[in-house]
Amino acid sequence: MAVAEAVAEGRKDAATRFLWPSLAVPGTAWLIALFVVPFYGIMAVAFSSQLDILGQPIPAWNPLKWDFTVMGQVIDQSISGSYRSGWEHTFIYTALAMTLCVLIGYPVAYYVARLARGNRGLLLALILAPWWINYLTRMLAWVGILGDEGYANDIVRFFGFAKVDWLGGQWYVVVIALVYGYLPFFIVPLYAYLDRIDQSLIEASRDLGANTFRTFFRVTLPLSRIGLITAMVITALPMFGDYYTNTLVSNSPTTVMVGNSIEESIQSGFSRGQGASLVLLLSAVLLIFMAYYLILTVRASREAR
Amino acid sequence: MTTIGVDAPGAEKAWDDGGRYVPPPESVKPPKKGFVPPWRNPWRRPYVLATVTWVYILWSLVPVLIAVQFSFNDSRSRSSWNGFTTAWYCCGTEEGSIAEGTSVFGSGANDALLNALQNSLTLGVVTTLIAVPIGTALALGLTRWRSRTSNVANAVSLFPLVTPELVLGSALYLVISTLYTQIGLGRNALILGHVTFSISFILVIVRGRLVSIGNEFETAAQDLGATRMQAIRTVLLPMLIPAIFAASMITFAASLDDFVVSNFLYGDASQITVPVLLYSAVKAAPSPALNALATLLLMGTMAALLLAYLVLRLRRKGEGGSALDDLAGVEM
Repeated sequence: MAVAEAVAEGRKDAATRFLWPSLAVPGTAWLIALFVVPFYGIMAVAFSSQLDILGQPIPAWNPLKWDFTVMGQVIDQSISGSYRSGWEHTFIYTALAMTLCVLIGYPVAYYVARLARGNRGLLLALILAPWWINYLTRMLAWVGILGDEGYANDIVRFFGFAKVDWLGGQWYVVVIALVYGYLPFFIVPLYAYLDRIDQSLIEASRDLGANTFRTFFRVTLPLSRIGLITAMVITALPMFGDYYTNTLVSNSPTTVMVGNSIEESIQSGFSRGQGASLVLLLSAVLLIFMAYYLILTVRASREAR
Repeated sequence: MTTIGVDAPGAEKAWDDGGRYVPPPESVKPPKKGFVPPWRNPWRRPYVLATVTWVYILWSLVPVLIAVQFSFNDSRSRSSWNGFTTAWYCCGTEEGSIAEGTSVFGSGANDALLNALQNSLTLGVVTTLIAVPIGTALALGLTRWRSRTSNVANAVSLFPLVTPELVLGSALYLVISTLYTQIGLGRNALILGHVTFSISFILVIVRGRLVSIGNEFETAAQDLGATRMQAIRTVLLPMLIPAIFAASMITFAASLDDFVVSNFLYGDASQITVPVLLYSAVKAAPSPALNALATLLLMGTMAALLLAYLVLRLRRKGEGGSALDDLAGVEM
């Protein structure tokens, strides 16, 4: 009897042993089919050597048949050719926008997380709000304001200046639009980190004689370093891949970014191979950011276990 | 005999050898009361930071309010104000109406606008219904299943979080137009794309809650005679409901909000979503009807969030903490 029970128990264990893996199967299978395979598809298109009758590359699924001619051309064009300005703009605009994000976003996150008292809930709701407002809606708002007869030009004319063609390919408009678009995504994660800093550490620093600035640079800033880097990575990744902000507020070849070249060559043009190669190059550039962020996330989830 | 403790070498003694008090020299006297420079006073009110914060908040929200204002503009212009009308929302065919044939609802409605709104809402609902069960199961599976394979699955499932949408969108576009050709661009492709980017953040949200619950409750249920499945169904899942609910609302909002993936996958104009329509119409033929459409989308998102906030607050009663912090904490 006892043996029969033990056998039944063992059988039940075997039946439930596969419970957790089988719960994970649908999601994993979905991500393999619609994330891993598509990414491999980019390589298959970028490294393809044959064109179909429409002039589009036929994906080379077999890595032994990969051909790197198109990739080589794209790299050449990126170093000294038609793609060069796109890459330059991408790096310069992202760097400028990132700097502005830190300069504006850090004080705001710091104030809401650590100093605001009575109206903290209201402030938090207000800094969360843009996160949830559609990105295109927010850009559309600026397109209206910066239009020829818009409020921005009303102000400019009120002060007696000639009206400005804001939407005619001004690089600073693109940079400010990027800051406007992505700053909420910078502030909120940073807020979460600053909120967690132990107040007693800051008080200890004050008690030991450090003034406000010294306390900030020696205690608060180092303690929020991970949060700051996380926020920067979260913001930088989509900025590097942005093309629509640029199109909406400028749509001029003088401010073209690498995302614009990618979108154009993959979707509307007849140069999918070039587009796919550019996507691979962009992914390679971003890999270092992505890897860093992944390691942080995995480490945090391991610590939480 | 009157010396207290041991004086550090070189320090001023407070007492002389005869035991009398010696005042410290002038240089170490505390500063006189009165003016304290603001950088020396840690208790001053942070006026500068408060100003910066409020200026930022105004800067981030006022343009959106102006866009809402122009959805009521009695002119075809989206940037110069000409009086109030609701024609862009409804009933644009009235005598001499400015919005003839382009209002969102009612007679004279522009089918493309209404159609886009319907597409966006349907897509959001379907995406949520598919992605939330898959993501929740994945979170349960990956949290409790420990093996080498699960580590690989874990890494794969986090990668979409950090992949720029441009990369995901173009990858899906290429693979659907060359390998998965039977799917075809359009509604199905949109659903597949939106579920793909949703699964990862549902995983992160639900797993966060799972980790904070721990597995003591399940073990207790099993000790009391429940089978493993019963323990999951009757104990674990009810505890996960707030996280699943938050994940659903966020998935819905993210799907409504998505532009890049949709722009690659929508196929033809009949399947267009609101963000894609806004993008293409701003370049082609802008009118306040776009602002009206954007305002409606904004109201939809806000309603979903308000609902999420109220439900979270209800669930949170007695647990302490604020529902707003919950909403702030669910980002990655």
